[in-house]
Amino acid sequence: MENLANIQVIQNMVYIISSVMFILGIKMLGKEATAVKGNYLSALAMFCAVAITCLSLEIDVKIILAGVLLGGLIGSLIAIKVKMTAIPEMVALFNGFGGLATFLIAWSQFNEPDNSLFQHALVMLTIYIGGITFSGSLIAYGKLSEKLKLGKGSMITNIFISLFYLSMPALIYVVAEPSLSGFIPQVPSYFSVFLVLTLMAGIGFVMPIGGGDMPVVISLLNSLSGIAAAFAGLLLLNNVLIVAGSLVGASGLILTIIMAKAMNRTITNILFVGYASSGQAASSEEQGEVKPITSDDAYLILENASSVLVVPGYGMAVAQAQHVVREMGELLEENGTEVKYGIHPVAGRMPGHMNVLLAEANVSYDLLAEPDDVNPSMDTIDVAIVIGANDVVNPSATEEEGSPIYGMPIIEVHNAKTVFVLKRSMSSGFAGVQNPLFFKENTRMLFGDAKESIGQIVAEFKD
Amino acid sequence: MEMYVLLGFVLLLSIFLGLELISKVPSTLHTPLMSGANAISGIALVGALMLSSAGQMQDILAFGAILFASINVFGGYLVTNRMLSMFKKK
Repeated sequence: MENLANIQVIQNMVYIISSVMFILGIKMLGKEATAVKGNYLSALAMFCAVAITCLSLEIDVKIILAGVLLGGLIGSLIAIKVKMTAIPEMVALFNGFGGLATFLIAWSQFNEPDNSLFQHALVMLTIYIGGITFSGSLIAYGKLSEKLKLGKGSMITNIFISLFYLSMPALIYVVAEPSLSGFIPQVPSYFSVFLVLTLMAGIGFVMPIGGGDMPVVISLLNSLSGIAAAFAGLLLLNNVLIVAGSLVGASGLILTIIMAKAMNRTITNILFVGYASSGQAASSEEQGEVKPITSDDAYLILENASSVLVVPGYGMAVAQAQHVVREMGELLEENGTEVKYGIHPVAGRMPGHMNVLLAEANVSYDLLAEPDDVNPSMDTIDVAIVIGANDVVNPSATEEEGSPIYGMPIIEVHNAKTVFVLKRSMSSGFAGVQNPLFFKENTRMLFGDAKESIGQIVAEFKD
Repeated sequence: MEMYVLLGFVLLLSIFLGLELISKVPSTLHTPLMSGANAISGIALVGALMLSSAGQMQDILAFGAILFASINVFGGYLVTNRMLSMFKKK
């Protein structure tokens, strides 16, 4: 018996060391110079925590080996094969698996005999958070990979939304009722119904949120998966689960807040209201004449420009244009032009989406600037090239009170001397708001696929 | 119950620590940070390894939890590393 107690002491000490390594790891992950090391350190922490847990196992080793090897193989294959443009949906998918793991852990704990009322309440909470993380992340995956096209307003979506709202009183009931009555209901269907309802609720939670709001949803789900792990730690009385889970919960929360701020909206507004009803849409049809331009003309203007700002958006990811964009940037620099990239925090479908794509294409990260860095000197920019971005460069946000996006910090490309907008058609952005930028005196529209259009400019430069 | 109070305290402190640690992250690192944090949430693997084995149902649940947590851990760390190795300053 003394032997077992010793093992527990050693385990707890290693858990504390692992926790410290996780804390340092995530701190280092937040700085460019130390990020790679930080990731290694956190992986080492994970390895130590897992290895020391294996000193006392109840489950058959064969089951563990099968699970770890198979899971490791699947995870590694996905991670190695995934294209950088598909990162948002892949992060969502991994996140969902983490949520599913905690969901199953809590389920297994429910089956244990002699749960106290407090443990029962914890089990229910963990199941709820884990389950919502799982099914919500799967829906986010479906939406991001464009396999799932159901949007707001459809009948099915509304049913799931109702289930989501229904799940909240259900959670309160399963947590509070046993504490009040003093015993845990022994009806099996009571638990099964709750399991299913939880999974449906996750679908209803994410289904109505779409497109440009995805960065917020992804960070929030990320945060939830951490909180679920922390609750599982409370359930199993394990300190490393609590510390690591809380760290993830906190980092996800910070990203969520950064994203919401970048849109000048509250988190509740993004999750439960959506763009359509956030303020009366001003119906000022500030239409005018659009001035199209050809790649040839664009090339001639670019050749004489001394400073160029590239502003990418989700359209660049869709067109996979990041490599030609980098090529164009290099050719411009050879030509003596100063090139910068203006990256809006919510451009794309996840936090930092554009940064990852440009890094993949080998763009040096000191060329990437945030809105606050580029806006003050915008009037010295000769040409701003907007590639598949829309709402993040919409001047309504600063000029038109009453516009749904009024107040959102934008990249003020309309103050540049000339603006090229690369776009497939005249459709409005995710917010469904008309963009007066397209009708400005200094704006030229370059219609067509971004990759082709820039490819033509690059070809002209090479001639 | 005393144990829960103590662990609840650890939970709250860790959240505050996390919020303090990561309050200023350059936007370049938003995705790697998210993906790295995602890998850490695979710590559920430790929880999965602690489950008990009593009957077939429990074994199935444990296997599932270990499998999915492992995908999360391995995939998360590898893809974060892959992403970070692309960030270069010339």
